[in-house]
Amino acid sequence: MSGESATRITPGNALRPEDIAQQVTDGSKASEDIAEYALRLGDDALILAQRLGWWISRAPELEEDVALGNIALDQIGHARSFLTYAGSAWGKSEDDLAYWRGESEFRSSYLVEQPNGDFGRTIARQLVIAAYQHELYSRLVDSQDETLAAIAAKAVKEVDYHRDHAEQWTVRLGDGTEESHRRIAAGFMSVWPYVQQLFEDDDLFDRLGGIAVRPSELRESFDAYIAAVFAEATLEVPDVQPAMTDKTRVKHSEHLGYLLAEMQVLAREHPGASW
Amino acid sequence: MARPVKPAPEENSALSDKQPWPLWEVFVRSSRGLSHVHAGSLHAPDAEMAVRNARDLYTRRNEGVSLWVVPASAIVASDPDAKGEFFESPKGKDYRHATYYTKSEGVKHL
Repeated sequence: MSGESATRITPGNALRPEDIAQQVTDGSKASEDIAEYALRLGDDALILAQRLGWWISRAPELEEDVALGNIALDQIGHARSFLTYAGSAWGKSEDDLAYWRGESEFRSSYLVEQPNGDFGRTIARQLVIAAYQHELYSRLVDSQDETLAAIAAKAVKEVDYHRDHAEQWTVRLGDGTEESHRRIAAGFMSVWPYVQQLFEDDDLFDRLGGIAVRPSELRESFDAYIAAVFAEATLEVPDVQPAMTDKTRVKHSEHLGYLLAEMQVLAREHPGASW
Repeated sequence: MARPVKPAPEENSALSDKQPWPLWEVFVRSSRGLSHVHAGSLHAPDAEMAVRNARDLYTRRNEGVSLWVVPASAIVASDPDAKGEFFESPKGKDYRHATYYTKSEGVKHL
């Protein structure tokens, strides 16, 4: 063992976005419908990551800066893989898709576009999106599309931790002080109108049988999971009507444009810049 | 390194809610067969969150297969100011090292 550090540092083995890019270069090409589906999954991950990155230096403690930053980086990783694969249908790179699409070309859900609010609201959004992604990816691993299945297999393990992180905080804030309970309850109240959209099917899923996971099939296990966490956190499912959204994901909340302006400004100001 | 501050008795609960999280010491084992090695410390509200924070802070580059967290307050340390006297005894006792002894002739596998 001489010369070797006791805390060994290795990158480990896992599917990387670069591996997807290589497959694309080698001729693996997504169909138009599969690309559309990959775009939805990738955009949710990308926009969520952009939102979460804001917390770095602003979380209640340094440890949470890093926790939320790590979660954001995991989501960036998933976004890169999905967008690289989606781009294969149109000869576009992950960067082309992230930085050079306009608002109406994104396929993100209303939920991930929602502002961070306070820590309670961010945790509420995290619990919902992580629970949804966990149900989704744990089924997508059986997709007939090998690339989607491989990305999901990597992502589901990471999302498992995201869900755990949000669950731990939901229970601590919900069953904590009067103030923490009030804030996490208000957080769920503000994100709940955007839950329904995650579980809506459109025509795309009729064309992608065996490849995509039908969102409506995830709702029952999502609700069961949320009910168990809420029971422990002494919270109740908010009694609110779903917001007017768009199951085809072409329309977006008013927040997306501002988010994109910030996310895309550098790439658009200095086209072709690398960093 | 900030130590956990115990609230003074006269402090009301709203103030004591804002006390810093307690400090935890983190030990990482990098692979089977090696021991846990002290990696650093962190703040966390309780033990379960301490393990998660340790995962986020100290295993980001695939450093570990196992983590221990210990409340810093549970560690009893030797006095750094008294290290001269405390560690004096073993000094000069060469015979406690294997290299002090000459190998006997004809002994194999040593």
